[in-house]
Amino acid sequence: MSGDKMSDKIGDKILGVDRLTMRFGGIVAVQDLSFAAERKKITALIGPNGAGKTTVFNCITGFYRPTGGTIRLTHDDGRVIALERLNDFRIAKQAKVARTFQNIRLFPGMTALENLMVAQHNALMLASGFTLLGLVGAPVYRDAEKRAINLATDWLRRVNLLDRADDAAGNLAYGDQRRLEIARAMCTEPALLCLDEPAAGLNARESAALSELLLSIRNDGTSILLIEHDMSVVMEISDHIVVMDHGVKIAQGTPREVRDDPKVIAAYLGTDEEEAVAVMEGGT
Amino acid sequence: MTAKPAKGISFLLKTAFINALVALVLFSLMVGIRTEAGSDGQLTYMTRFGELASLVGIVFGGSIVIELLRQWIGPTGTEKLVPPAIQSGMSFVGRYLAPALLIFTLLVPVIFYNQRYILDLAILVLTYVMLGWGLNVVVGLAGLLDLGYVAFYAVGAYSYALLATNFGWSFWVCLPLAGILAAFWGVLLGFPVLRLRGDYLAIVTLAFGEIIRLVIINWQSLTGGPNGVPGIPRPTFFGIPLDNSDDGLAAKLGIEYSSTHRIIFLFYLILALALLTNWVTIRLRRLPIGRAWEALREDEVACRALGINTTTTKLTAFATGAMFGGFAGAFFATRQGFISPESFTFQESALVLAIVVLGGMGSQLGVALAALAMIGGFELFRGLETYRMLVFGMAMVLIMIWRPRGLIGHRAPTVYLTKAQAISSDLVKEGHG
Repeated sequence: MSGDKMSDKIGDKILGVDRLTMRFGGIVAVQDLSFAAERKKITALIGPNGAGKTTVFNCITGFYRPTGGTIRLTHDDGRVIALERLNDFRIAKQAKVARTFQNIRLFPGMTALENLMVAQHNALMLASGFTLLGLVGAPVYRDAEKRAINLATDWLRRVNLLDRADDAAGNLAYGDQRRLEIARAMCTEPALLCLDEPAAGLNARESAALSELLLSIRNDGTSILLIEHDMSVVMEISDHIVVMDHGVKIAQGTPREVRDDPKVIAAYLGTDEEEAVAVMEGGT
Repeated sequence: MTAKPAKGISFLLKTAFINALVALVLFSLMVGIRTEAGSDGQLTYMTRFGELASLVGIVFGGSIVIELLRQWIGPTGTEKLVPPAIQSGMSFVGRYLAPALLIFTLLVPVIFYNQRYILDLAILVLTYVMLGWGLNVVVGLAGLLDLGYVAFYAVGAYSYALLATNFGWSFWVCLPLAGILAAFWGVLLGFPVLRLRGDYLAIVTLAFGEIIRLVIINWQSLTGGPNGVPGIPRPTFFGIPLDNSDDGLAAKLGIEYSSTHRIIFLFYLILALALLTNWVTIRLRRLPIGRAWEALREDEVACRALGINTTTTKLTAFATGAMFGGFAGAFFATRQGFISPESFTFQESALVLAIVVLGGMGSQLGVALAALAMIGGFELFRGLETYRMLVFGMAMVLIMIWRPRGLIGHRAPTVYLTKAQAISSDLVKEGHG
């Protein structure tokens, strides 16, 4: 893509959420939420526990069908996809939205490499002629598999797990599992990467490495939507922050704007502003 | 419980005492008192406290032995207790066990040429090896608990039997048809049960197995009902019959006819079918579809997040497993020459499932060994007569205590960068249906 085209794209939206509402019986988890995520930027969705962040994620990634509202994904080529009408695996397959989970969901009994190969299932299925070509060992499939292994190797190298490629994913350390899950999501070659608390349970050094990884993914052209509690990560890497509380949006803007917003501070720590300011600033 | 549970003498005695107490309560009425009809028809009873005491004593001693076995060779701390020399020896055996078994199997008809009993038993074992490998795709790889596998065995058997007796089609035409029909039924079963998981899936598949059997019993006009289908044609050597007629294979080759020829032919036929099942399964495991099956077993939600269509993935697993079951069924029909619904009871499903679980879910070699142990072992204990089932059941319990994840308790990766490392089965999930 040329430089001019890049600058054209700045400011355009990859994801537009409009008046999203999600009800579970009588409980309203998300109410009329509207926000947008910019292309090739990192958008963070933050808020106190129970604010409805993961519900929004599950609506975007097809695990829930929203009660109301629209979710539009605009691809680089201008294709617009209504995510609220797609469901289940089609979100990942057709809309190219990948996600990770708050509680890591790897395939623990498969090796790190196998995990990344499973992520390339759809491309490999096509290349294996829906198994028939692969069964007879056609060269078309062999080449495709080699390419898939190369892509997986590249990602293992980027997340610093190349020497653990043949180890079972369940045997990896917690932080390694987090990074492997991100690598696995990236192996689906997504347009939008949704990360649900990727820094949860990481120590300071691992968080810093994660921030670097996410910035490099963004710089390579993948848009990121992020839920995160670790303010040091959020404030450092986010281009845009959306703050939720009790299912509604209470603020949005750049990290600096959000940090100074009294509503955000109140939502996080009641009304005791001094303490809240201390927490927010501790993040930078 | 703390990290290091107390397992001293007192623990041993306590466990054994509790077990003996339970045995006493259970057996006191079952064994301790025996009722009989007296000479005038009145109810008399006699006490058998001697037998009761010995049974309770056996339970007491047995619990101590089992507990000791569990501590010595059980899953906890196994690695530390086995010296490295034995470990390397075992891995050496492990590497050459499969080829050695295969060569031995190929030579079985040569070694046991005149022992009809052994050959028949070998054919039976191979049939179960094939069924086990077929079910392994569904249960071991895809993690879908299928208690009605015998249904596909029955569909395959009846497909061949009915096509051959009604239309006179040859075995080699009917064999693929039997597989396709069984796969078709596999898909039909798959559709309604896809939403179900775990126990619910098991119950529905169990019901499906029974439905197929009941349909066969009651659709008299087509299947002959409980009378079964008699006179199923024997397989031919690609059109040349294996009998003592003038155009039989023996006459054409100019050798003396012997009924063993047919048995040996059947032996190699089922061996070829089983090896085909094995080869296809091993190939499929290394293809995206096989990896998707295993991923489905590990975590279905993650599969969906990666864009894998879990519906079709499950359906293909069902269909593939069912197809191999159908092949085995067609073989069964041609070997027996007669089939009836009695051959397709739930017990068969349970037996095949036991083979897969005992072998170590997902392991091809393990399933083969388990089939040998289950079917061969069952024959081995024939001399024990009444106590056969008891001894057999105890042997199974002991094996499952010794190896809770089956005989072959690790998973081989399907792809590797530098070195293929076996993955401990502790990490591998069993699937939730």
